[in-house]
Amino acid sequence: MPVVSQPLHRALGLTDDEAVRIDEILGRPANGLELAMYSIMWSEHCSYKSSRIHLGRLPTEAPWVLVGPGENAGVVDVGDGIAAAIRIESHNHPSAIEPYQGAATGVGGILRDIFTMGARPIALMDPLRFGPLDDPRSRWIAEGVISGVSGYGNAVGVPTIGGEVVFDRTYKGNPLVNVLCLGVLPTERLVLGQASGVGNLAVLLGSSTGRDGIGGVSVLASAGFSADDDGDKRPSVQVGDPYEEKRLIEACLQLLDEGLVIGIQDLGGAGLTCATSETASRGGVGMDVDVSAVPRREPGMEAHEVMTSESQERMLAIVEPGGLDRVLAICERWEVTAAVMGRVTDSGSLRILDGFDGEVLADVPASSLHDEAPLYDRPMAEPEAPSGPSGEDLQAPADVGADLLDLLVDPAWVYRQYDHQLFLNTVVGPGDDAAVLKLRHPTTGVETGRGLAMTTDGNHRWCSVDPRGGTARVVAESLMNLACVGARPLAVVNCLNFGNPEHPEVMWQLSEAVDGLAEACVAFGVPVVGGNVSLYNESAGTDIDPTPVIGLLGMVDDLVRRPPGATLVDGHRLVLLGPSDVSLDGSLWGATWDARGGVLAPLDLELHQRVVDLVRELVVSGRVDGVHDVSAGGLGVAVAEMVSRSGVGAHLARIDDHRALFGEGPSRVVVVVDPECVSEVLAAAEAAQVPTTRIGLATGDRLIVKGLLDVSVDDVAAAHTDRLPEALGAGTTNR
Amino acid sequence: MTTTVGVVVFPGTNCEMDAVFAVERMGGEGRLLWHADDDLGGVDAVIVPGGFAHGDYLRPGAIARFSSMMGAVAGFAADGGPVLGICNGFQVLTEAGLLPGALQKNSGLRFLCQPTVLRVETSESILTGRASMGAELSVPINHFEGNYTCDDETLARLRAEDRIVLRYVDNPNGSVDDIAGVCNEGRNVVGLMPHPERACDELLGSADGAVLIGSLLDAA
Repeated sequence: MPVVSQPLHRALGLTDDEAVRIDEILGRPANGLELAMYSIMWSEHCSYKSSRIHLGRLPTEAPWVLVGPGENAGVVDVGDGIAAAIRIESHNHPSAIEPYQGAATGVGGILRDIFTMGARPIALMDPLRFGPLDDPRSRWIAEGVISGVSGYGNAVGVPTIGGEVVFDRTYKGNPLVNVLCLGVLPTERLVLGQASGVGNLAVLLGSSTGRDGIGGVSVLASAGFSADDDGDKRPSVQVGDPYEEKRLIEACLQLLDEGLVIGIQDLGGAGLTCATSETASRGGVGMDVDVSAVPRREPGMEAHEVMTSESQERMLAIVEPGGLDRVLAICERWEVTAAVMGRVTDSGSLRILDGFDGEVLADVPASSLHDEAPLYDRPMAEPEAPSGPSGEDLQAPADVGADLLDLLVDPAWVYRQYDHQLFLNTVVGPGDDAAVLKLRHPTTGVETGRGLAMTTDGNHRWCSVDPRGGTARVVAESLMNLACVGARPLAVVNCLNFGNPEHPEVMWQLSEAVDGLAEACVAFGVPVVGGNVSLYNESAGTDIDPTPVIGLLGMVDDLVRRPPGATLVDGHRLVLLGPSDVSLDGSLWGATWDARGGVLAPLDLELHQRVVDLVRELVVSGRVDGVHDVSAGGLGVAVAEMVSRSGVGAHLARIDDHRALFGEGPSRVVVVVDPECVSEVLAAAEAAQVPTTRIGLATGDRLIVKGLLDVSVDDVAAAHTDRLPEALGAGTTNR
Repeated sequence: MTTTVGVVVFPGTNCEMDAVFAVERMGGEGRLLWHADDDLGGVDAVIVPGGFAHGDYLRPGAIARFSSMMGAVAGFAADGGPVLGICNGFQVLTEAGLLPGALQKNSGLRFLCQPTVLRVETSESILTGRASMGAELSVPINHFEGNYTCDDETLARLRAEDRIVLRYVDNPNGSVDDIAGVCNEGRNVVGLMPHPERACDELLGSADGAVLIGSLLDAA
């Protein structure tokens, strides 16, 4: 056992003040194992110590919320005795070091968070952000991450129904790999990650424990990357095994079906230390852990290695002694290793023992690990305005058509590598404004006639210009995306990807973003049911642009037809719903010319709600034959994407200049309307007090914007669909 | 009497309930068969569904072929019982020697989940009895190892004996002779890489696979 010394706690990432606080809690000097346990539980990743004081400002309540933030996943009631569990997480830092395994284990971890709640995972989404396509290392990271999501998600048997793929130089050296999982469960089966019942047993299920991932959360996720080679961090990245996880899912769901589990908790960041202390703390009990009973992958492992390992595909189940034989039999059927390695006690202490009657290696109050980490109110300061031109300051482009083609990126090359249809639920898969799944009863498979809709959205350009307003606009866009598939919103989860919290500018961005998120969620009446904060996203001393990513779950109340999607129909009219206010500041077009700063177009929350309600009504009633949210890249990109997907051209007018074409602003949607229904749609918009602009006609084999550009449909489609295969198709990771 | 279709489940299988849903949508009854058992329980037909049996370790289907349930399925097939292998199930059937050829990695070395158009090449099989020769069906694929290959002699026999059941109209994976599905000599064992169970519902994008699942129920 190492002796306590100043260097040890510092080497573990604890500050001097934190080490003093630990000794105060224990009333004696902590030993090495105890320090190791505190260091990971009090890490930024596990304790949210820099962000927690801000997160309390988010609205979290609604009548349909069953479980809000703080548990393994948020849970909402979706009717017919069915609940939906949802969570989003980041795996940014591991993916920067080892892209394939970093992304794969991100998928594995989020799945465990969902079936920990008693839910069967039914869908994954992957919002991904990488450095620019002309940077070889960024291409290597992108290709590896996409292969990792594909390799793990497909084999584990959960469809990946959507996400995002963004390339921008702000992510060079520090990609953002966020992953969201949605699950469904019978409402009465909801279980929480807590231990209870003195004398009950803690059973470790799944993979053996090895030296992989030791210190992952404290070493990787709680420190930035230097400009030097980070090869020495590679042993901290875990290795995933989707086959183990698949059997673990089936075994755990059968244990839950048969009512054999009192509480269950996944082992993710901080491994056994986290799982044992959290279950004990939440249940208000203690736990004795026999570290010698933990199945190990290699000989000679020390107790602190076993307690902090982040080996994947492991779960901790709390069971009654009388049910143990049945638990072991179910695990044997699924070829899942099960080992009794803990007992629930009434002491409130987490004791680590070498044999249940052996030496006490550590003895700490369980709750002190779980929720007594110090909270930091870190200094905040608004950053200085960026130098150089904003988007509005830029000159008009010489060739508007060429600039438009340069903005197009079709993610199909990515999502073709993901199984997005398993379980026969996928009514709308990846590539549209939002995904739609049939809602079936999770145990009987009976269809409800209703659907769940999901979207993930983020926009670092808007949030860089204005973190508060940008975040509110991202939420607004998520609502509009749901409306485009006929869904109403139920719950938000968020993944707050920011830079180094020790930089006052980053803390200001984070605080502003939380306020923007809160304002929008309150205005739209949508609760936040979970979130994840990823800090220290920086590379070579430069913080990433603030990137809050929103996951929004919605409901399609009467799923009778497929929504029309972002497409054109020959001979039909294009109508822009919503205001004409746009800005080139924070726009995709501006970013390609290195513009920064400025002012975003105004967001009118009440008008936005009216546009959302109108769009949803038009889609649900089948009165539009194409629909697409106008977002990054403005009206030009929105229509070009519809041209590419349909193969139908468009002749547009009333778009006067590049600002009207590329400018971005909230609350705008393009709808495609049968000529005979145009007056009806315009009347509906007028009744809803939503501005409209008739912008043109879908026809022919060219995309023409009067006075601005004239390009062939083939050129639009080629620019759109060939970009990623050309950049990434050759590949570097053959798996 | 309702036709009962047994659906084999290995650890790592993931399309078993999809197969059951599709069978039941077409009026049959689905029943799961556990890989470690050896009793088919009197089912009228068998589907070996998609997924990653035994994690695709070693290579797809290489471990699953040794299961006791596959022994029972081989006996059922030898007695003329209808057996359908979908995707990973096709790989299992080739490894088990119930169908000729093998499935190697897609020529593009990428996993592919996308719609394909299949052409019905024979209506003389347990999968295509209800289908018309030359009919084109929209059915999705979802695989990494779907590139069908066999030696020249086998290919010549498959052609001569009219055992190529389905071909891709636009070959996505490099399969020899655009082959998407084949049958055995007795025409009662069929394997295909595309997923007909994913194409039985217009709300999901295509109902063209219903004729294939319906044919299986007819043959049972």
